[in-house]
Amino acid sequence: MKKLISRTVQLSAVVLVALLLTTQFAAAEYGLNMPKGVTQISNEVYRLHMLIFWICVAIAVVVYGAMFWSMMFHRKSRGFKAATFHHSTLVEIVWTVIPFIILIAMAIPAAKTLIAMESTGSSDMTVKITGYQWKWRYEYLDGDAKGVSFFSSLSTPLEQINGDADRNQNPNYLLEVDNALVLPTGKKIRFLLTSSDVIHAWWIPDFAVKKDAVPGFINEMWTVIDTPGVYRGQCAELCGKDHGFMPIVVIAKDEPEYTAWLSQQSDAAIQQAKIELE
Amino acid sequence: MSTATVDDHHDEHPGFFKRWITTTNHKDIGTLYLLFSLLMFFVGGAMAMVIRAELYIPGLQWVEPGFFNSMTTMHALIMIFGAVMPAFTGLANWLIPMMVGGCDMALPRLNNWSFWILPFAFTMLLSTLFMPGGAPAGGWTMYPPLVLQTGNAFPFVIFSIHLMGISSIMGSINVVATILNMRAPGMTLLKMPLFVWTWLITAYLLIATMPVLAGAVTMLLTDKYFATSFFSAAGGGDPVMFQHIFWFFGHPEVYILILPAFGIVSHIIPTFARKPLFGYSSMVYATASIAFLSFIVWAHHMFTVGMPLVGELFFMFSTMLIAVPTGVKVFNWIATMWRGSMTFETPMLFAVGFVIMFTLGGFSGLMLAIAPADFQYHDTYFVVAHFHYVLVPGAVFAIMAAGYFWLPKWTGHMYNETLGKWHFWLSTIFVNLTFFPMHFVGLAGMPRRIPDYSLQFTEFNTMASIGSFGFGLSQLLFAFIVFQTIRGGKKATDQVWEGAEGLEWTLPSPPPAHTFDVPPVIK
Repeated sequence: MKKLISRTVQLSAVVLVALLLTTQFAAAEYGLNMPKGVTQISNEVYRLHMLIFWICVAIAVVVYGAMFWSMMFHRKSRGFKAATFHHSTLVEIVWTVIPFIILIAMAIPAAKTLIAMESTGSSDMTVKITGYQWKWRYEYLDGDAKGVSFFSSLSTPLEQINGDADRNQNPNYLLEVDNALVLPTGKKIRFLLTSSDVIHAWWIPDFAVKKDAVPGFINEMWTVIDTPGVYRGQCAELCGKDHGFMPIVVIAKDEPEYTAWLSQQSDAAIQQAKIELE
Repeated sequence: MSTATVDDHHDEHPGFFKRWITTTNHKDIGTLYLLFSLLMFFVGGAMAMVIRAELYIPGLQWVEPGFFNSMTTMHALIMIFGAVMPAFTGLANWLIPMMVGGCDMALPRLNNWSFWILPFAFTMLLSTLFMPGGAPAGGWTMYPPLVLQTGNAFPFVIFSIHLMGISSIMGSINVVATILNMRAPGMTLLKMPLFVWTWLITAYLLIATMPVLAGAVTMLLTDKYFATSFFSAAGGGDPVMFQHIFWFFGHPEVYILILPAFGIVSHIIPTFARKPLFGYSSMVYATASIAFLSFIVWAHHMFTVGMPLVGELFFMFSTMLIAVPTGVKVFNWIATMWRGSMTFETPMLFAVGFVIMFTLGGFSGLMLAIAPADFQYHDTYFVVAHFHYVLVPGAVFAIMAAGYFWLPKWTGHMYNETLGKWHFWLSTIFVNLTFFPMHFVGLAGMPRRIPDYSLQFTEFNTMASIGSFGFGLSQLLFAFIVFQTIRGGKKATDQVWEGAEGLEWTLPSPPPAHTFDVPPVIK
């Protein structure tokens, strides 16, 4: 009876693990991993992520391998007699030094990428981002776009959120805004980031750009987008009730399309400025 | 059932009030701590069930977003301060005097007070659920300015944190005093069992960091009510300064939640491998190194706040360094298992589960240490997966392992081994079903602390929710097993386990109320 129960437990464990693994593979299309993204930095970050991941896998194979081998063979039920060793300075030194070397090998490329990520100098244009509970404001600070400014809030209908309308037909559920931030490709864009109330965080996974918007302080970050497209992210710092409902959408356009967009905005901005003057 | 039978093995027969309310006995206070912790584990767990029910599918189904945030905040506060920390203190109360051959804790009245503060602190914390403006919803990290938007609950939360801090500090002073003064003759520091060592170091961490947390939350209080502006730029303060102070407490706190678990596992693995612990002194040094490093890594929780590059580099390197002593511990446990003569009773299953899954949490921790990659991981479900792996199949599994391991000693009864194994396998399967998929949604871009999510995260969230319901239900089995063992069962021998070594196993099972009135002599 006891054996039967433990058999059943073991079997159900195997089945569940297998089930878990297959569902994971089946769900590959839903995204299992960090996106490679569309900037040089995001690609470097992805490579670092995969490097440390495979290092961890290699260590895991050795560590878990030794453990499972031991659990399989060094059992009392197999009549294995316990050894009595309990100390070895040499072994302790070896397994202190080897991880240390691996860490140094890891730290060098990580430091290089980090330094690159923080080099905000010599940018082509600057956009100021301000977080509000619960929307974003974008202001273009220089060049032809100077003076363009707008708010950007969630545009997913409330009915879809509370279930009165079908959300399954909306591929961008919770990841869509009324006014997206439009940026040119191939230009070094510097962002100045702040907040008007509580701390928010501006994050686009495809750019590997994430930083906190802190009220009363200005943070800097930068990106160069390689490919035109629509890129989506979300606020990444708990900012109250609607923290889950302040997405970020960036539309990256190549030079001619960006200029076309800009000329429309400039007209609109001039109109807006006139209204404010009156 | 008459209560008199419970006291059969004690040399006095106090009434219920005297036995439990005014008690100064380390064993009774240990029991109180452990039962309180079990209760809070279910309260905090129920909140987790609310969170997972809301996240079962996209959309808002069960709760308002504000209440959802209260649930995440309260779940964390209750699990950390109400479940895991009191469980460790309960184990310290029961075990440290017996392990060092002392007759009781050094400061018994303080001990009573340390415990009896807690029910009041948590009643106050839980009462905030019914206050205008709701329970705190700014996250357990209480970052300003958001936390200052809390309603009437705010001062009550701060005061309950002060109370928890006072309780922890007094408990820790007691542990330090006991370990340094109550050891049996001949028990030098480097002969102490590892649970005692890890708790000694943990107690110092608590004494060093709890006042820092108290200071930080007091500054929040004066910012809100007395017009100071420690954390408001408008008045010359800095919201990020709170984060630095908080994590100066918060990172050692992480090790407060895991070091005693290291100690527990270092007792269980040698017992069931029937082989002495490998590298005892390196275990002690590794614990001390981890404790030291825990004070100089705090800002890795805040890589994205906009620190200077040099700061980011420093905190990245120091954080990576922690992998070295932690690795040494894992290697030592495996070397202890290696060529042992192992059996897999429930405590051993939980201990082995701990080593495997804590290591998994350690791997994701190493990934998080890489600052450039952390910019992508930060505040996503990847982080949620990471710290739940080190806290649930880490700290909580170790506490349960300790429960199964020492329960026969405490109660004099063996627990039901078949049910214990069922509890282990159900917990292990469901805990992985809950937290493993969180790695994937996190990497794919799902931020943490959101009540609703976009459609591409649906499958893994549903999976995690099912896992969490299963895990929650499995713990009812644990409570059943514990109470069944308290009430009766096969008589336990004094040594309980074939391979058990240490002073506590030389005492009768259950031990009388007062043990080691005459200290044993250690050769």
